[in-house]
Amino acid sequence: MSATDAGSADTAVRIAAAVRAGERSALDVLEGHLARIDSAEADVHAFNLVTIDSARAAARAIDERVAAGEDPGPLAGVPIALKDNLCTRGVATTCSSRILEGWVPPYDATVVERVWASGAVPVGKTNLDEFAMGSSTENSAFGVTRNPHDLTKVAGGSSGGSAAAVAAGFSPIALGSDTGGSIRQPAALCGVVGVKPTYGLVSRYGLIAFASSLDQVGPFATTVADAALLLEAIAGHDPADATSIPQEAPRLLERLDEGVQGLRVGIVSELMGDGIHPDVLARVREAAEALAAAGATVEEVSVPAVTYGLSAYYLIAPAEASSNLARFDGVRYGLRVDGATTQEMMVNTRTAGFGDEVKRRIMLGTYALSAGYYDAFYGQAQKVRTLICRDLDAAYERFDVLLSPTSPTTAFDVGAIHDPLTMYLNDICTIPTNLAGHPAASVPFGTGADGLPVGVQVLAPALGEIPMFRAAAVLEAAAPAKGAHP
Amino acid sequence: MSRITRDDVAHVATLARLELDPERIETFTSQLAAILEHAEDVEALDLAGVPPTSHPYELVNVLRPDEVGATLPNEEALAAAPQAESGRFRVPTILGEAP
Amino acid sequence: MTDSAPADARIPTDSLGNPITVPDSDDITVVEAPDGSRWELVCGLEVHAELATATKMFSGAPNNFGDEPNTNVDPVTLGLPGTLPVVNQHAVELAIRFGCAVGGPQSVRRSVFSRKNYFYPDMPKNFQISQYDQPIVVDGSLELPSGHVVGIERAHLEEDTGKSTHVGGAGRITGADHSLVDYNRAGVPLLEIVSRPHVRSTDQARQYVSELRSILVACGISDGKMEEGSLRVDANVSVRREGSAEIRTRCEIKNLNSLRSLGRAIEHEATRQAALHAAGEKVTQETRHWDEAQGVTGTMRSKEEADDYRYFPEPDLVPVDPSPEWIAEVAAALPVLPAARRARLAAATGEARTAESVVVIVDRGQDDQALLALAAASGAAARPDAADGSEVDASVVEAATAAPTGAKARVLVHIAQNLAAAGGADLAPERLAELVLLEVGGELTATQAKQVLAELVADPTATAAGVAKAKGFEAMDTGALEAAVDAVIAGNPTEWEQFRAGDPKVRGKLTGFFIGQVMKATKGQADGKAATALLTQRAADG
Repeated sequence: MSATDAGSADTAVRIAAAVRAGERSALDVLEGHLARIDSAEADVHAFNLVTIDSARAAARAIDERVAAGEDPGPLAGVPIALKDNLCTRGVATTCSSRILEGWVPPYDATVVERVWASGAVPVGKTNLDEFAMGSSTENSAFGVTRNPHDLTKVAGGSSGGSAAAVAAGFSPIALGSDTGGSIRQPAALCGVVGVKPTYGLVSRYGLIAFASSLDQVGPFATTVADAALLLEAIAGHDPADATSIPQEAPRLLERLDEGVQGLRVGIVSELMGDGIHPDVLARVREAAEALAAAGATVEEVSVPAVTYGLSAYYLIAPAEASSNLARFDGVRYGLRVDGATTQEMMVNTRTAGFGDEVKRRIMLGTYALSAGYYDAFYGQAQKVRTLICRDLDAAYERFDVLLSPTSPTTAFDVGAIHDPLTMYLNDICTIPTNLAGHPAASVPFGTGADGLPVGVQVLAPALGEIPMFRAAAVLEAAAPAKGAHP
Repeated sequence: MSRITRDDVAHVATLARLELDPERIETFTSQLAAILEHAEDVEALDLAGVPPTSHPYELVNVLRPDEVGATLPNEEALAAAPQAESGRFRVPTILGEAP
Repeated sequence: MTDSAPADARIPTDSLGNPITVPDSDDITVVEAPDGSRWELVCGLEVHAELATATKMFSGAPNNFGDEPNTNVDPVTLGLPGTLPVVNQHAVELAIRFGCAVGGPQSVRRSVFSRKNYFYPDMPKNFQISQYDQPIVVDGSLELPSGHVVGIERAHLEEDTGKSTHVGGAGRITGADHSLVDYNRAGVPLLEIVSRPHVRSTDQARQYVSELRSILVACGISDGKMEEGSLRVDANVSVRREGSAEIRTRCEIKNLNSLRSLGRAIEHEATRQAALHAAGEKVTQETRHWDEAQGVTGTMRSKEEADDYRYFPEPDLVPVDPSPEWIAEVAAALPVLPAARRARLAAATGEARTAESVVVIVDRGQDDQALLALAAASGAAARPDAADGSEVDASVVEAATAAPTGAKARVLVHIAQNLAAAGGADLAPERLAELVLLEVGGELTATQAKQVLAELVADPTATAAGVAKAKGFEAMDTGALEAAVDAVIAGNPTEWEQFRAGDPKVRGKLTGFFIGQVMKATKGQADGKAATALLTQRAADG
């Protein structure tokens, strides 16, 4: 059982070029995607909300601008799906949580503003693990998102809805957010390209925070070029985000075809062993060979501190989350469950409004920050972060990019994993880059014996997006069978 | 590090404004204990002299000019309020002064 | 974050890990316990000053008192999901100003914002962004008018909370039916200024807040309006046995909204603690609330998490590390501060810095007027901008110092006492100088000068000489004064014999008598000093 869009090769690059040239109507493009949503969304459940009317209005407006001789922008007429933790003015934003059900933000996230300004056509808000906490999009208050390649499998998470939407052809591109792998892991499981940019390259203003020092918004696409196109549109300094790097968006598209001749590629030894499925390891080795064949030098490299990544992450991220999620208290917006006093009302609201995984992480984070434990947990984890940065920096003295699996396995069965710690192990390869603030991309590279997509991860140093995309483009070209189109 | 206890979990729930029934406290205690046990590798490291990293990309003095920007009209500010009265957010009786 | 805490916990330390010291003073409030034991006050003050910025600490919403509820709010102020804080540059600059004012450029440090986590409905995010272990200002001090110096441990930037009003239950929090929250004040920039426990008396506490307020206002850091909550004071109070060097448990008293309640609350709390100590009971470290109406402090509902704020570095903000150039620029633009102004006026006039006239004149901001008047009286060329109240410079101070000694005393008296009564705080220094010179020259008596001064204030076009003439305060020439003095001597032979005998005590007494007679005879036109000199001369002549 599969819901992938086998027929379409409609990429964002092609759509935008055709719409800007007046060769295709944005509305026609949209209707094609809406038709696919109509036929398969009931099975996949990629969306919390499909904004059909506003999408049609936006597409018509694009067509009118083109007719009037204007250029609507680099994403002209390209349907885009937005993860439902990005604030959209006038459109409900839920984080897939009961506690925000029905909340309509009075403002747009910076990335949403930029997507609109680029001429894209938002088609809906995609499902996620509640507050982006999860690796399977099973922790949503509004139902599970299923993998378009096999509806009995998870789509990965937390941006499972965005990954599934792109894999199912509901939209050629989508935005997600990545705190510990939430773009790359579902991209790998759904057989699409997913990129976590350098921390600070894309504004976080309007992204509902999970873990502020790790969160980053990034693109999903069916091709590396589309991912580059979308990242160019959303990247660049934003004065509303104090952690935004004060420089312009990198020019990625024009560098994509430069190849990897002479590029130094390191395979991260620590991420090539225990816990990684042999099929996945085999695809990563083949990917390395493909890069070598294209002229790169490939060697194994040890980055010892990455083995501490998971532990550090599961202290830092919940700690920040416990504070970020304190504002959901029933006073100003969202759910309120009444009580005799404000204090009782807050407890009742939070108890009813948050799901189990969110509660678990709030508890863990509160504990890690609480008196007497700060030094042992949060403080220690922030020091480990320094070690990971140092070890990665050392590796990048010898290598331009690193290579590893994205996810230890291909997509697993819905409902298969109950134990939180086992679920957390899904993020073992993706977490180190979040801790270091580095960029990383997941590129589909063949399948496992189960026929499900495998993703290979390309890691790069801070602001190393250009070599990362060059390597990703070469992998895409060399991939055995298009994962997204089996 | 001693294992997290049920009392710890109950205390943390209070701090976090969550109510957990005894069964849930039991489950959370064992789950949190397992996660913290996994983190023992980090806890055990000797990191004296290693500075903490709280920001992955080092920036300093990111400041904005003291210029008035757009505000929300009162109706819009209160639009999502579960309860409002006289231009303000209405809440049940508050127990005690702010700490 | 506790890395800075010293290993030896037996030495009491402040929030930055430095040992606590308590200075001696000749003004210490001592309270008596019921058993007669005597306990002295040890007190530190925390002052929250709202900064005089146009916008909030972390967003562009207006910082404005008294507007309609929930109108000075934007998505950041309301803590809406997805919003992020960005630091207000001007708030940082005002904090730098304060650092330079109380500790010089070296007290301004690299600072880091943290989150202080606790749930309360007036706090939109349920955490407050505040500087914790790395405040922007450390290690300053403040000299009180009395000369006592209070150390300033730190000053840090943070955001204010919103405000709740309580409906039902007579508007108090207890017994209210429900509450209403206004977030206009939420996010207003605050500078929390923490003194060392160097305040030893209730009078020093009041002086400290008053002096701090003067500095904040003079530097444009805050409008300092206690009645609008721009300045809010908490007191950390402990006591110890009189003469001992102990550090005992302290309590924090909140809600001290006037200088009057500050003194009352501290004294009450010290007395409460002394009674507990004397009875062998324990003082619990806690936050207490001052009830102005009842005149007592009461314990605030103890909250389980009150001392577990789970501070951690605010991940949405980066460190603020003002460059030496920025700090130097701010330091160079600082106005002269009250303590330095007292010192300057005292030096120029030969008075003590703690002299009442000096303290009063500087407190009222009239020291420039005094120095400019004296400079004019010294005969120095009048400064073209002197009349517009512009800041005095070193040349003015130098000229003022050169003014006649008599003029200095008269200027201080006029400004400290007479001008305020006449409503003439803005009298041009040159006009005051003219008047004072007439006095020094013996052409006006003190009594006459006071009357002339009132006229000068009432009529901006009047001159001292003109008023004196119009009032008939013509200077007596030497001949007329001699005649008057001689007539009084002749009319009081007995007293004159005693005066001539020369016993200093008797002569002192009789000088008053004779001058009084001369004044009576001349209807106050005689110059007392000149008449005294004549009496002495006549006595010597035999």
